[in-house]
Amino acid sequence: MRWNNLISVAAKEKIAFGALFFITLFILAPVVVVLWIIFKNGISAINWEFLTAMPKEGMRAGGIFPAIVGTLYLVVGATVCSLPLGILAAIYLSEYAKENALTRLINLAIVNLSGVPSVVYGLFGFSLFVVFLKFGASIVAGSLTLAIMNLPVIITSTRESLKAVPDYFREVGLSLGASRWQTVRHAVLPFALPGILTGTILSIARAAGETAPILFTVAAFYIPHLPHSVFDQAMALPYHLYIIATQIPNIPNSYRYGTALVLILMVLLMNLVAIIIRSKFRRKYKW
Amino acid sequence: MEHNVCFSVRDLDIRFGAVHALHRVSCDIARNGILGAIGPANSGKTTFLRALNRLNETQDNYRMSGSILLEGRDINKDFKPEGLRRRVGMIFALPMPLPLSIYENIAFGPRRQGINDKRRLDAAVEESLRSAFLWEEVKDRLKSAATKLSGGQQQRLCIARTLAVKPDVILFDEPCSGLDPISTAKVEESMVVLKKKYTIVLVTNNTKQAARVSDRVAFFLMGDLIEEDVTDRIFTSPKDKRTEDYIVGKFG
Ligand SMILES: Nc1ncnc2c1ncn2[C@@H]1O[C@H](COP(=O)(O)OP(=O)(O)OP(=O)(O)O)[C@@H](O)[C@H]1O
Ligand SMILES: [Mg+2]
Repeated sequence: MRWNNLISVAAKEKIAFGALFFITLFILAPVVVVLWIIFKNGISAINWEFLTAMPKEGMRAGGIFPAIVGTLYLVVGATVCSLPLGILAAIYLSEYAKENALTRLINLAIVNLSGVPSVVYGLFGFSLFVVFLKFGASIVAGSLTLAIMNLPVIITSTRESLKAVPDYFREVGLSLGASRWQTVRHAVLPFALPGILTGTILSIARAAGETAPILFTVAAFYIPHLPHSVFDQAMALPYHLYIIATQIPNIPNSYRYGTALVLILMVLLMNLVAIIIRSKFRRKYKW
Repeated sequence: MEHNVCFSVRDLDIRFGAVHALHRVSCDIARNGILGAIGPANSGKTTFLRALNRLNETQDNYRMSGSILLEGRDINKDFKPEGLRRRVGMIFALPMPLPLSIYENIAFGPRRQGINDKRRLDAAVEESLRSAFLWEEVKDRLKSAATKLSGGQQQRLCIARTLAVKPDVILFDEPCSGLDPISTAKVEESMVVLKKKYTIVLVTNNTKQAARVSDRVAFFLMGDLIEEDVTDRIFTSPKDKRTEDYIVGKFG
């Protein structure tokens, strides 16, 4: 008798599920450990002053307020620049453009662009916005660089969400006398929106934590005041973290971990918003 | 006779890329009647139907020649697609409500024409649901999801949704293919009532259904319109041997 005949189907299933469960744990464990270490070492630094005060004593004391503000500016700036453009481009590509050599080339370019390392975007943004367009290192230059880095991701995820809306929705819209745009607007977009929002928020959250694109385009080592205009340099959390972790000796460890914790919490908060939006809409529109 | 013609189709020839779906089809479709289109799979019935409201245009590889006149005006030249589709509604094979409420499904068409006044929409929703024999069943739950209705109710909802656009013509593409006999009977019943006000083209795989409800029948075979005549004549004394073979085959 073969050995696998000795084990019942139910037992095999149990073993398989058990194995999958442990693999999942195995993947999850490092994430949990990292989060836990950061939390444990950083939570003691976090208080009202840390969040709302300017840095003091060569950044060894005081707070990280300007870095938080700078990151918020960059996130908002990048969102404003990339979201409308990315969504409109995706709508054009998936709902209007005919399938031909040009659109295939565009698709190929988009796929490849989302694989380009972020430091390359940083250098590109530096030469285009900072040097060529003479914005200097500034919030505009940084936001635009992050926006350009985000565009391929936003276009791809928006297109996937539009593709997930069944074709019959479009035919129904058209057959009821809606114009092409009305059909996209009222019979397709509402049902793709949760996916679009989720995808874009996730991509923006990721951009918020990037260091390379802002390194040459906006990030300042230390500025004793908040930025006055979008043409000012700004501090930003990822770069600030890099500085206090590597460039400044004798800084309390809890400050380093505290800064990391704030950055992680900001990103997690955005992801949470994405999840809430998705589950709320999913309940509303089911097909 | 002339003034009673709704659609006048001349030499309609359709290709999808390399597929020659329809070969120079000509026929007239009379107003306030039901034209049944029958024929085996892939004979071009759906293609013919979707040519009448220009829905084939959603396919990138679609090419057509010939002309289709709707009351004397060329649908491909004298109409905008959305203007044409407001006069020529369509019901699909599977009931396809949008994942919205019953009310919003029916208000979809009127809203796209700029009607947003609640009283007018309420009236349009009620009137359309009554005409599709669905009002009594759903009047207490207009705000609930259309996708929760039964298959037969969903198909009548789709009819109501089309009626709300106030078309002159309604195209049905195998509207009962997914329905049980009782739901089928209800949909057929509503078609017979609707033809008093609308011109109907009914594509069906079910020859008996064509015999039951249509005034005239068109028989399609591999992209050709073999013959088109009064229903009785098609079923009792067809001119073409192929029509007879098909009907006998189906009945036998
Ligand atoms: N978008 C398309 N691209 C390529 N070929 C197509 C397309 N649409 C239809 N065809 C082809 O045109 C021919 C006619 O198809 P049509 O759907 O009109 O047949 P039908 O009579 O409605 O068949 P059925 O009874 O199966 O619904 C078929 O050979 C079909 O494969
Ligand atoms: Mg068909």
